[in-house]
Amino acid sequence: MKSITKQKPFEEIQRQLEGLDRVYIAGCGTCATMTRTGGMDEVVAMRGRLQELGKLVTGWTVIPTACDEMTEAAIKDNDGAIQNAACILAMSCALGVHKLSTYIGKPVLPALDTLFIGVEDSPGCFQEVCAQCGQCVLGETAGICPLTACHKGLLNGPCGGTNNGKCEVDREKDCAWTLIYQRLAEQGRLDLMRRFHSPRDYSTVPRPRMTRIA
Amino acid sequence: MASSFREVLKSDKFIVTSEIGPPKGTNVEKMLHHIDLLKDKVDALNVTDHQSSVMRFPSIGGCLAIKEHGGEPILQVTCRDRNRLALQAELLFAYTRGITNVLCLTGDAVVVGDHKGAKGVFDLDSAQLLHTIRQMESGKDLGGNDLDGTVAFCAGAIVTPEANPIEPQLIKFEKKVEAGAEFFQTQAIYDLDKFTKFTEYARQFPVKILAGIILLVSAKMAKYMTDNVPGVTVPQNLIDELAAAPKGEAINKGIEIAGRMIATLKKESICHGVHIMAIGKEEVVPDILKAAGLAT
Repeated sequence: MKSITKQKPFEEIQRQLEGLDRVYIAGCGTCATMTRTGGMDEVVAMRGRLQELGKLVTGWTVIPTACDEMTEAAIKDNDGAIQNAACILAMSCALGVHKLSTYIGKPVLPALDTLFIGVEDSPGCFQEVCAQCGQCVLGETAGICPLTACHKGLLNGPCGGTNNGKCEVDREKDCAWTLIYQRLAEQGRLDLMRRFHSPRDYSTVPRPRMTRIA
Repeated sequence: MASSFREVLKSDKFIVTSEIGPPKGTNVEKMLHHIDLLKDKVDALNVTDHQSSVMRFPSIGGCLAIKEHGGEPILQVTCRDRNRLALQAELLFAYTRGITNVLCLTGDAVVVGDHKGAKGVFDLDSAQLLHTIRQMESGKDLGGNDLDGTVAFCAGAIVTPEANPIEPQLIKFEKKVEAGAEFFQTQAIYDLDKFTKFTEYARQFPVKILAGIILLVSAKMAKYMTDNVPGVTVPQNLIDELAAAPKGEAINKGIEIAGRMIATLKKESICHGVHIMAIGKEEVVPDILKAAGLAT
């Protein structure tokens, strides 16, 4: 699992930090390092930019995995610098922001926007392949999720907006249903595409979503 | 338009529908003028539903106006803006006001329109919407609850006969037929050979096919359609024909081309009818009908 993030516009980060002059920066050594949004290089660069703004950076760290339980121990190791700060700027995905917020009694502000859970298709190119909907249909769609890969999340085949195998919203993007069609055709399983899918049941795992291992 | 659209569909008549684009705002004068102009010249009039994801006066409002003016409306319903509760509620309301023809569409993506930051709903898709209509007709809503007073609709859908690749579209077409579509209004067609192949295939299904005719008003528009509208290719000979028209005469050439195509479709019994989309030039639809030999 990779949580794909992008850095917020600096103006937005600046706005969040209004009135908060002492800042501690926490990056993440896992996904945000891989996406080059919250690794050591980005954390150090952020420190420089905040200093240029006149902020006092009380310290910084790159937590091995910010969404992990070990985050609590990492925070304790840096307790002095954190106590000295008015807030924590989290250069991790939202899971890390959530985790840090539970351990630190100070504002934890996101420096990144969490985009999706994705895979790295080619170096530096991340793609969303699962929307974590709770009702997996990949067995019927040749391993390509129409809910995720189709702009409209259609379950019963392509819309009329597809053209030459591309999506109407972006000519660079593939039409999910053309890909599904091609793969099912190769597998000799086009009967699956002819099957009618009833409307999705959004009550399967209602938000806030939670599960316990029995 | 004495008879209902379903009766027309059942007849052997060459069916003609056209469409009305509602206003951006509350000034309905032009829309009402177009309704009065066309209501007795065609078998039914569609009213678009925030076409191209551009917010406008609603389809249901246009359909009510058509009804009030003595015409036969086709309510266009997309799945883009409403969830299954709102869609069913709209169908209940439409039925109580005598609007009994529905064209079920997925809807364009939100981002192509003028409210790019809006949330696209797509709780249902077009096949599921057709299925919903048939379920409501059985007296139950999508939640399986009894309806106190049911509905009956003549339901249609769309298809893109010149899409590339065509096979996935045909699978969807068949799903729409199975889900209860009785008629299809197609995306604009210009290549009659390709379209004929489609109608030969479609003939095996108990549905009526109305060829989509979009009026070409200039060579520039024709090129734009080819480059930007999915599944639409205007052949070069038509572009040349439009380009060769004297300045200011291209629209007349477009009317002639549309009329000629309709006449051929009818004469050679290629399909059951046409759906004429003049997109902002509704005034000339009667001229297209004349050029096609369908009106005097």
